[in-house]
Amino acid sequence: MSMDVLLQQIANGLVVGSVYALVALGYTMVYGILQLINFAHGEIVMIGALTALVTANGLLSAGLPSVLALIISIFVAMVVCAISGVLIERIAYRPLRNAPRLAPLITAIGVSILLQQIAILVFGRNYFSFPELIDKTPIQIGAITVTMNEIVIVVTSVALMAGLIWLVHRTKIGTAMRATAENQKVAGLMGIDINKIIGITFAIGSALGAVAGVMVASNYGQAHYYMGFMLGLKAFTAAVMGGIGNLWGAMIGGLILGLVENVGLIFVRGDYKDIFAFIVLVAVLIFRPQGLVGEKVAERA
Amino acid sequence: MSTLLQDKKKQIAAMVALGIFLLVLPFLAGMLGQAWVRILNITLLYVMLALGLNVVVGVAGLLDLGYVAFYAVGAYTWALLASNHFNLHYPFWVLLPLGAFLAALAGLMLGAPVLKLRGDYLAIVTLGFGEIVRIMMNNLDKFTLPGSDHVYNLTNGPRGITGIDGLTFFGFKLRSGLEVFGLPITGLQLYYFVFLALTCLCIWGVYNMQHSRLGRAWQALREDEIAAKAMGINVRNIKLAAFSFGALTGGLAGGLFAAMQGFVSPESFGLLESVMILAMVVLGGMGHIPGVILGAVLLSAMPEVIRYAADENMQEKVFGFVLIAPEVLRNLIFSLAMILIMLYKPRGLWPSPERK
Repeated sequence: MSMDVLLQQIANGLVVGSVYALVALGYTMVYGILQLINFAHGEIVMIGALTALVTANGLLSAGLPSVLALIISIFVAMVVCAISGVLIERIAYRPLRNAPRLAPLITAIGVSILLQQIAILVFGRNYFSFPELIDKTPIQIGAITVTMNEIVIVVTSVALMAGLIWLVHRTKIGTAMRATAENQKVAGLMGIDINKIIGITFAIGSALGAVAGVMVASNYGQAHYYMGFMLGLKAFTAAVMGGIGNLWGAMIGGLILGLVENVGLIFVRGDYKDIFAFIVLVAVLIFRPQGLVGEKVAERA
Repeated sequence: MSTLLQDKKKQIAAMVALGIFLLVLPFLAGMLGQAWVRILNITLLYVMLALGLNVVVGVAGLLDLGYVAFYAVGAYTWALLASNHFNLHYPFWVLLPLGAFLAALAGLMLGAPVLKLRGDYLAIVTLGFGEIVRIMMNNLDKFTLPGSDHVYNLTNGPRGITGIDGLTFFGFKLRSGLEVFGLPITGLQLYYFVFLALTCLCIWGVYNMQHSRLGRAWQALREDEIAAKAMGINVRNIKLAAFSFGALTGGLAGGLFAAMQGFVSPESFGLLESVMILAMVVLGGMGHIPGVILGAVLLSAMPEVIRYAADENMQEKVFGFVLIAPEVLRNLIFSLAMILIMLYKPRGLWPSPERK
């Protein structure tokens, strides 16, 4: 019995964790290049979910099959989020690239509040129910119960993460991204268009966030203007736990956070779930201050 | 020489004018309504909080995103020990120092495990600490200790604690107000004067701290931790000192908050509050006391002014209908202001002159 519960919670943890990982990638990519905590990333996830919701509802009422509606609405959400991400970088972060380090952090917080307010203006404060685009009837696999929706979430995130790793390590753009993260000035001297690469980074991170937003909304069946906040916080925690700036770290951190939260539910009451995540974070950082897979940065005077 | 003397005279005249203005301010605000006096009081609390956080972030360069936790410790210390919740009613001269002390202790508890962390790692851990404190306040209304089934209620959960005692001096309750030579002074205005005095105390304390040996050590730490270490500064101790000194101020402000409001709940101590205080420090000008005060005044007063200026009545008059909910409009303008100020003044509105 208790073994079954454990397996079930591990399965749930993988689902939540893969969403965390996708969002954490957005944080970690931006951090890797700009050393900036992009506080507005959680709101990008929210915009993705709400955009997909509107698109999907429109397409469904036009009579499209749900699979097609899902694919189109995810695509629209990715495009909208990529554009918002690039715009945010262009307007709020780029002018501050050489400013004191906390200045862009404050504009990021400002953008985050601004996006929430715009979402309230456009959508209101209601919780919207997200249409059931993928079958949610429980499937029994051995001792655990999952839904098709959950399987799709895990498979999609794994595919996206593999794609991202391939992009960053095997393509020209990826090489340029890594060079920019290493040293912007030198990368610029090597003929890399820094601004373009940073723009692309924001676009990719935001598009991944959009997919994560759709996943969360479809998994819980709802979307609202505030959904990005806690999710963003958790994902950022995951990115730091893994070692911020490191892609593998974001993925591993996301999965571990998801697993820890859900397995932890067996031992502590649900109210304390969020505490659990932060306590694990502190514990990890005490023993590995650079994160789980982060490289130890040499101390420079 | 004579110009120096004149400058000095001008400075003194300006200080006196400012002093008179601050003393008259609550009465001016009182004419508009007591709600405005409350806004003044809250503004003073924010000035204290921003000054405390300024020591941690601005002077010592340690990014703290969970500062509101110390405010909460101070507020709950007062609330629990001066209300009917436990039927305890301690006087202020026990509670204010106790709250500040407990907050400083919490600062040490936070500081100790995170000493090795740098920059943004520190930010997320402090953020987590703030969230842990808030979640505890929300949930410590129904916990049991191992070995017994008795359910304890420490914080009364999300409902918060009501009916908290106010400030009482020698049996005189500040809330009941006072009449001096036929001039009525409301309770909130009396609180204003207490808060003003304590804010001045904080400014004095922070100023002296910043210019002490410890303050210079903090600045060395901010500029370069390795070099500071090489100069023989005990980095561990001064980091802990920064955390606990900042927390002390926060705890003091928290106790005052509980005394004035008569009600505390976990809702007042969310992450957004920490972020707001940080924004005050950064927008005003990190490490520069006048700048930080300006930032605190601006960010705490501005949203309230917008809310009152743009309420439903006003919008009805101008547009003929309510265009935007005042709450949303307030946050909208507020966030835009945050972005624009940073874009045009990245070092803050009033940065310290010597920092480059």
